[in-house]
Amino acid sequence: MADMTLTGPSGPKPKKAFSRANIFLYGTLIMVSMYYLLPLYVMIVTSLKGMPEIRMGNVFGPPMEVTFEPWVKAWSEACTGINCDGLSRGFGNSVRILIPSLLLSISIASINGYALSNWKFKGSEVFFTILIIGAFIPYQTMLYPIVILLREIGLMGSIGGLVLVHTIFGMPILTLLFRNYFASIPEELFKAARVDGAGFWQIYFQIMLPMALPIFVVAIILQVTGIWNDFLFGVIYTKPATYPMTVQLNNIVNSVQGVKEYNVNMAATLLTGLVPLIIYFASGKLFVRGIAAGAVKG
Amino acid sequence: MTVASDPPLRTPKRPSRLFKNLMAKLASIPMILTALVVFVGGTMWTVVYSFTGSRMLPKTNWVGFDQYERLWSSDRWIISIKNLGIYGGCSMIFTLVLGFCLAACLDRKIRFETAFRTIFLYPFALSFVVTGLAWQWILNPEFGLQSVVRGWGWESFTFNPLNDPETVMFGLLIAGLWQGTGLIMCIMLAGLRGIDDDIWNAAKVDGIGTIKTYVVVIIPMMRPVFITSLVLIASGIIKLYDLVVAQTGGGPGLSSEVPAKYVIELMFRAQNLGQGFAASTMMLCSVVIILIPWAYLEFGGRKRG
Repeated sequence: MADMTLTGPSGPKPKKAFSRANIFLYGTLIMVSMYYLLPLYVMIVTSLKGMPEIRMGNVFGPPMEVTFEPWVKAWSEACTGINCDGLSRGFGNSVRILIPSLLLSISIASINGYALSNWKFKGSEVFFTILIIGAFIPYQTMLYPIVILLREIGLMGSIGGLVLVHTIFGMPILTLLFRNYFASIPEELFKAARVDGAGFWQIYFQIMLPMALPIFVVAIILQVTGIWNDFLFGVIYTKPATYPMTVQLNNIVNSVQGVKEYNVNMAATLLTGLVPLIIYFASGKLFVRGIAAGAVKG
Repeated sequence: MTVASDPPLRTPKRPSRLFKNLMAKLASIPMILTALVVFVGGTMWTVVYSFTGSRMLPKTNWVGFDQYERLWSSDRWIISIKNLGIYGGCSMIFTLVLGFCLAACLDRKIRFETAFRTIFLYPFALSFVVTGLAWQWILNPEFGLQSVVRGWGWESFTFNPLNDPETVMFGLLIAGLWQGTGLIMCIMLAGLRGIDDDIWNAAKVDGIGTIKTYVVVIIPMMRPVFITSLVLIASGIIKLYDLVVAQTGGGPGLSSEVPAKYVIELMFRAQNLGQGFAASTMMLCSVVIILIPWAYLEFGGRKRG
């Protein structure tokens, strides 16, 4: 409508950009942001300095001479005990732990969620409730029984064992995620497929799976950050040769022998944090959705 | 138009109930095993063996409540509980207050909201080990914050929490808050977004100020969100382990020991399994104490689907 514009300005009264409330608001937010950004900044600048500069200078100051040597050293030379092959080994282990855990836990959980929302059977809700309550039990309570379990099946200390552990402990939250998602898909769709004679797997692979792609992405984000950041299970269920990156990082930085090389330590710390950070910055809103789905409902 | 719920198929020979939905049952075996064997079985196993005198290997020589008596007379355990109490109390208050205030700020229709949210949440993507090591470096007395402030001319400035038994838990708290408040902020923000604009308009019409509206109207409305946050924070506090190992290693001395660390040290280093089991059973009890009121509030009052 053209004459609408002639009746004068519409919408709320424009606010002044620099009102006192606004200055206070943005001031607070910027101050708090500095607290959040400080560690990342300090880690980055420290990792780019040489040791002499660190001993002399200001931890907050930018590097006068940028050097990438600490990064190289952290990746390929830093020592844990007698091994001096750097974090690359831990990185490799973490990748070898991550990929199978990811595939196994997500496929099992998505099938669980699908069965729980569309193929309820007697007792299915009971098992699901136990699973959800299990998510709140402190891991410490179940650590030793799992040690026995892994010893019995011969997986103690191996990467396979840790994969199993991650699959078990990822199951509650992921099952919940998929169950809620599948429950939100109209039931008529499922019934129509049933009438057409499709079975359990056919409906899963041909109807549910393609529709659930967004939730798969959320599950992947949740699991990649969760598994990559795990320390407790890594330290208990693996041995030095199969330590994941977080455990190796802790051993490198907190080792008591030798001269402390803070720049190498910070480079190693950043390297370990890099994978989840990339996931976080690349996924944006989906990350938030993942933790919200995990947190609010769980 | 009515959609009939699908009528049960009446076949003359009904198959056994066990085989109804057979595929779904088979596919749920991993879930059933996890729930029954690991979660129920594992927990019960630990509780039962906490009444034995197991040392290096689990044994069934029953000793009654001996392990618990020894646990509660152990200095290290008492220190751990106290430390967790200090950390937990502060963490609970600060996380809720900071999380809510940040969420409220972001909800004021500000510019760069996404940028601020990204900044507040990114530490949550990092592991506790990374968090602990980063803050260990910043709080390093020789090169970190303390030396920088001294370099600015304030020679007597002392900020060395990680080497002072009195304040080491606050050093951990700084790092813990840095890592965890983003999550609570996100949950609070989602809660604030769920509040109808009409509420705000009504408050404006009634002439209630912004801050008063938050305190009197919005916060009571967000009770479920607060309860969820509380449960999340509490379960995170009880799990506190990685951060301590990375940032202080429990030191100086025993002054930053926590229960989760006690359990693991006793089980896997000191080879005193019975003590570890008893301590982990106590952790389980504390979770139950937190969970039961929550489950009652959440599910007890009114039945939900």
